[in-house]
Formats: sequence, C-alpha cells, structure tokens
Amino acid sequence: MGRGWLKGSVILIALGMVLAACGSNNNNQGAASPSASSPTPSASPSESASGEASPAANDGGTVKVGVLHSLSGTMAISEVSVKDAELLAIDEINAKGGVLGKKIEPVIEDGASDWPTFAEKARKLISEDKVATVFGGWTSASRKAMLPVFEELKGLLWYPVQYEGMESSPNIFYTGATTNQQIVPAVDWLLENKGKKFYLLGSDYVFPQTANKIIKAQLKAKGGELVGEEYTPLGHTDYSTIIAKIQAAKPDVVFNTLNGDSNVAFFKQLKDAGITSKDLTTLSVSIAEEEARGIGPDILQGHLVAWNYYQTTDTPENKTFVENYKKKYGSDRVTDDPIEAGYVAVYLWAAAVEKAGSFDVDKVKAAAKGVEFNAPEGKVTIDGDNQHILKTVRIGELQADGMIKELWNSGSPVVPDPYLKTYDWAAGLSK
Amino acid sequence: MNAWNAMLSAISLPRGKLWLLAGYGAALAVLLTAPLYLSDFRLNILAKCLAFAIAALGLDLLWGYTGILSLGHGVFFGLGGYAMAMHLKLVASGDRLPDFMDWTGVTKLPWFWEPFRYAGFAILMGIVIPSVLALILGFFTFRNRIKGVYFTILTQALVIITVTLFVGQQKYTGGTNGLTGYAELFGVPLRNAGMKNALYFATVAALLAAFLLCRYLVKSRLGKVLRAIRDGENRVRFLGFDPSVYQMAAFAVSAGLAGLAGMLFVLHVGIISPSMMAIVPSVEMVLWVAIGGRGTLVGAVIGAIVINEAKSGLSESFPDIWTFFLGALFILVTVFLPGGLVGLFRQASQRFRRREPAHEHDAIDVSPVLREGNRSV
Repeated sequence: MGRGWLKGSVILIALGMVLAACGSNNNNQGAASPSASSPTPSASPSESASGEASPAANDGGTVKVGVLHSLSGTMAISEVSVKDAELLAIDEINAKGGVLGKKIEPVIEDGASDWPTFAEKARKLISEDKVATVFGGWTSASRKAMLPVFEELKGLLWYPVQYEGMESSPNIFYTGATTNQQIVPAVDWLLENKGKKFYLLGSDYVFPQTANKIIKAQLKAKGGELVGEEYTPLGHTDYSTIIAKIQAAKPDVVFNTLNGDSNVAFFKQLKDAGITSKDLTTLSVSIAEEEARGIGPDILQGHLVAWNYYQTTDTPENKTFVENYKKKYGSDRVTDDPIEAGYVAVYLWAAAVEKAGSFDVDKVKAAAKGVEFNAPEGKVTIDGDNQHILKTVRIGELQADGMIKELWNSGSPVVPDPYLKTYDWAAGLSK
Repeated sequence: MNAWNAMLSAISLPRGKLWLLAGYGAALAVLLTAPLYLSDFRLNILAKCLAFAIAALGLDLLWGYTGILSLGHGVFFGLGGYAMAMHLKLVASGDRLPDFMDWTGVTKLPWFWEPFRYAGFAILMGIVIPSVLALILGFFTFRNRIKGVYFTILTQALVIITVTLFVGQQKYTGGTNGLTGYAELFGVPLRNAGMKNALYFATVAALLAAFLLCRYLVKSRLGKVLRAIRDGENRVRFLGFDPSVYQMAAFAVSAGLAGLAGMLFVLHVGIISPSMMAIVPSVEMVLWVAIGGRGTLVGAVIGAIVINEAKSGLSESFPDIWTFFLGALFILVTVFLPGGLVGLFRQASQRFRRREPAHEHDAIDVSPVLREGNRSV
C-alpha cells in the first residue's frame, strides 16, 4: 500500500462528492434526494409561500416561475426590493386562486451581481426547473448576459427596469420604460420649462452612453445646446472637478445618468459647494424613492427625476399596492418605479397566460398582445410588436420626506418605441 | 514522452502505483461518461468547473511548487477569455460591427480586432498573450529579485490596471457589460447539442493535457529546481542556477494555462466581462488551490471542481444565504485543514495505517528540500 492508494481514493471520493451533488440536483423533481448536500429541492424558501399550503398539498396544481435577481453583491440593495414585489404579486394571485387554476410556485435564484451567474441561473431555471417564465434582472449587463440563454432555450423573461432601448428580443418582455417613455419626454419638458443649455453627466457604461447619444440628437433637432458632457467610471466618488466644470459651463440643466454610489457623492458634493436645486436644475433618471432613502432626502430636496411611477401616484390600485407592500415587508419600506414594474410584470404574465389558456411560451407571447392591466401607475398595455408596455411618463420633484411630487405627466400612456423609429431626429441612431 | 514512460513503468511497480492508476482511470471514466448521466445544464456546470480546474493547475504550479503567489491570475484567465470572445463576437456580428461599437460611435473595426476573425489566431492568442504578458512581467520582477509579498502586490496592481483599462476602453472592449451574444464556432452553432458535447470533451482533453504537462514538469528536473527555488532561492543561486529564468518559465506556463481556461470558460458560459478578471475572481482561484491542497496537482483540480460545484449547488438550494455557507467552508478548511482536502485524506489514511513508515509526498514540504545532513535526495 503506497501513496497511490491514498491519491486514488482521494480522487474517487472527490468525484463521488461532485457527482452526488449533481445527481441530487437532477432528481429534484423526483422523490428522495440521495445526498445530504442538497437538502431542499431547488428553491421555494419559506418566505415565498406565506400562508399557502405546502406544494405537496396542491400536487400537480402548481406552476413554477423563476425569480432571478441579485440577492448578494453590489446590486442586492436595489434588486431585493424588486424580488419582494414580485413575490407579493405571486402571493396575491395565489390568494385569488392562481393562474389557470394552478398556484404559482416561485423558484428563487441569486444572480449575485455577476453577469455570468445570471446566465447560469437563467439556464438552470429554464432547463432544470422548467419554469413557465422568469422575472428578473436589473442592470443592462445582466439582461444582455441572459438574453442569449433565453433565445437559445426559448424561455421567457420579464425585465422590470427602465433601460437604454435599441433592443427588442422575442424572448423578453420589458415592463420598465424605454427611452421614449422616460428620457425623450423629460428632455422635451426641460427644453420647454427650464432652458436650452444642457450638461450631460453619466457613469461610463452602456445606459448613459446610449441615453446621451439620443439626447444629443434630440437637442440638435430641437434647438438645445450641449455645453458639456462628462463620464465617470462606475463607483467614482470625487466630483469636485466636475462640479467646477459645471459651474464654469453655466448650464440651464444637468441631465444626470449617474448610477449607484456616484449619485451619493455627486449630490453631497453639490450641496457642500453651496449649490442647491434653486441654483441649478438637475434631472436624474436613476434616482427613485429607494435611492433617495439611501442618499438622504435633505440632500436631494428639490431636484428633479423622471419615471413612470412614484409611491405618491394617485390611483386606487397604488393605494392598495403600497399598503400591501408595507404590510408584508415593513412600514419603513418604500415603493418605486422598478419595484412597481416587477409587480406589474407578474400580473401581466398571469393575464397573458389566462388569455392564452396555456403556459406555453409561444402561446403566451401571442396572447400577450394588447393585454391590459390596471397597474399602480395607471392602465398599462402590452405592445405586441416590441413586447414593451405602454406607460405614462411622469416628471417629479424630490421632497424633504424622500417622496416624489409629480410636476407633470404625459396625460395618457406613451406607446413604446425602443428604436425611436417614429422620431425623425433619431434616424441614424440605430443601425 | 517521459510522462508516458513514467506511466508505463508504473505498472510494474507495486500496489500503490496501481491504486493510483486505478484512481486516475476511474476519474477519467467518470468524466468521459458524464454526458450520459448529466443533464445539459449540469454538464455545462461541470464543464465550467473543469475549465477552472485548468487555471487552478497552472496556479498550483506557480504557487504550490515554485512558491510564487500570484493574486492576478484573473487577468490571464480574462485575456484568454477575451481572445476567444472577440472571435465569437466577430463571427456573430457577421459583416456588421459588434453591437457595443455601434453605440460607442466606432465606425470602423479597430485594427487589432481584425485578425480575430480567424479562429486559429484567436485560440493561439488566447494562450500566447497571457504567457507573453507573464514573461514580460516576470522579466522585470524576477530579474530584479522582487519576490514574496512584493510580487503579490504587483500582481494585484496588474489586476487593477487591466480591469480599469477594459472598463475604460469600452469602445474596443465592451466595457463593464463585457462581450456576450455569440453564435457559432468553426461554423457550428454553439447551441447545437453535439457541439456542446464536443466542447465538453475538448475541455476534458484540455484538462488531461494540462494535468499531464504539469505532472511532467514537476517530476522533471525543472520541477526539482522549482521546488528548490521555493524552499531556498539563494541556495539555488549559489548552486549556479539563475532562479529568475525558472520563475519566468513557471509564471508563463501558469499564465498560459489560465488563458486556456478562460477560452474554455467563454465557450461554456457564453460571456466574459472585466469583473471576471477583477480582484475577487483572482483571489478565488488561489482559494481553490488552497482548499484542494496546495502543492498537489490533484488537490488543485479537486479544489476547483468541488468549490465551484458547491457554489452552484449551494446558491440553488439557499439563494438568500448561500454566501454564508461558502464563507464558513473557507474558514473551516483554512483553520482546520491546512493541507486542504487532500491533506484531510492524507491525515485520515495515516491514522489508518499508523504502522507504516511516513512517505515522501509531492505535497508542500515546509522544511528545505536539502536538509542539513540529509543530502541524498
């Protein structure tokens, strides 16, 4: 017995462990799992199934859907709330009897703020759990990472966050705003009400770059003037130079597409420099109630934002939504646009399934065209051609209590146009 | 050929070697038949883990055998990944520019993207670029006798520089989004089931080749010098060797293996982004080796596979709290199993066979290779 015995057995045992882990995961749908290494079948943590009979009780009467957000890592702070809203919608639908008589069983996965992980988990949800659809994603990078997986495996993704447009995957429904439902009308409103001189400030990645490309074309066509354009790396926190540049350029408006921590730094340093919202108009497209809570409402007071929904939006549906959300997750929680869009996505999917009479992806997609829902933000309708939804645009002003007061809205839902085909000035932006 | 001769002559050796061969044979058989009993998804995860194992082998060669700790292997992994991704992206884009160049205002394909149209060139570059970068870095550090923690800090600096460069130059690299949305390789769609199996077997073959290469290297005279450098660099120098040449060689081979792993990773996972070469993945690679058993090739492979399978499995079972389990695992292993998983089995078996004399393992040996009064190595 030499050392070979030892090494040989090490290799064998290690492989055994790995395969046991694989095997047990494979047998999720079956009865007993052979290994202790995966004690619960896939997911369905207790929090998701509040007050509901155990899955075994409604055997054959459940339908699995995936919920795929970052529950760890830098994006968790934003995405956990969206996950909560989606689970709330699932609970509400289940309480009313489910979809096509089946209870919805959420399979929760963690994208871990890591784009390859999003792709892996999306693949797992579709091919292993055989979910009917997936609700998930936040960053454009995570969506772009998941997109090829959904197209390859013919899955269905509901993506709940405003984004830069120029995309329309047959396997994705976009329940957040595209550019003509947020940025384009915001720029129009600013040109009309605040002035012609724009300063563009953004984080250096796909969303701000694309948004600003659109804004520049729009300014050119509508007589606006670009007095400065600045990009900072994600996570950048020193804005003193840029604030000095802004002061020198004397813009009427700073159009802010910064993301994450950079917003905290920018607005704090703006305030420290003695510049308030009265001296300088800024409009941000990535700051909602949740972020305002993190940055500090006193710092943001009076600054402008553009979204499709605010916690203060005055509809009966929103009153119930905010109430239920706070009841389930705590009175200190706030709702905001992406949270609402995640909530709406679940209802729209359920409505499309009911209309199709089937969970089949192709049938649901075909049936989804024209599906309406009285959302907290008002009536939304699915546009069948590009799989975005018609949404009302709202410009708001941040208040001292962290809430947002609506200053203007588009009156009626705006038809989504991700490639800006209906805007003459945007010709040549998308190839 | 030496590796083969070693394996052949092993058959005539006593039971120990036979057990070893049986173990390797069984492991290989298990891996080769995996497509039969694993679903597409599980096979994909396993393939990814095997790709990581290749990177772990390279890192073990450098850290475990030569005693050079690199916390920058994510960069070499990423460079290999990007080389493959650039090719796949160009093929997927056809005559048009890659999509991200479109929105960043690039109108003409940059010159350095052009040759990546050829798969052969991309695959070659996936190994050559990381190796050459390692050689250059090694030339300036090892020659100047920068070692230990100073070298490790330099590799961290390399990570930061590279990530900043890739994020900043998004016109040419795709920025934080990285490169994704591939279609085909060698004219075969990547989503094709046969292609997936072929890529899996290619990964197994690459891992086997990498393992044999590393095994050959550590058993050869070069391996002896590497271990001697680890245990007493000055003594090696006095004996007339130039340690920096050997260190550069080990660093370059190690980086090349990481590049190979990166290429395979991209083929299986379908995306590469700067976050894949950042500090955290670079440190994670070291953890695989440490947990598996530093200084044993088998340990590096096992560590990479077990940790990454555990990562996938735990995050599926406990999506909200899986990171705690993984953290606990790291702490447990580092505190209680300094020799890693392989060390655990060694301890267990030694308790089992206490009567037998202690053996020499190719594990890390804290004492110098040439002990005073025991120079008959």
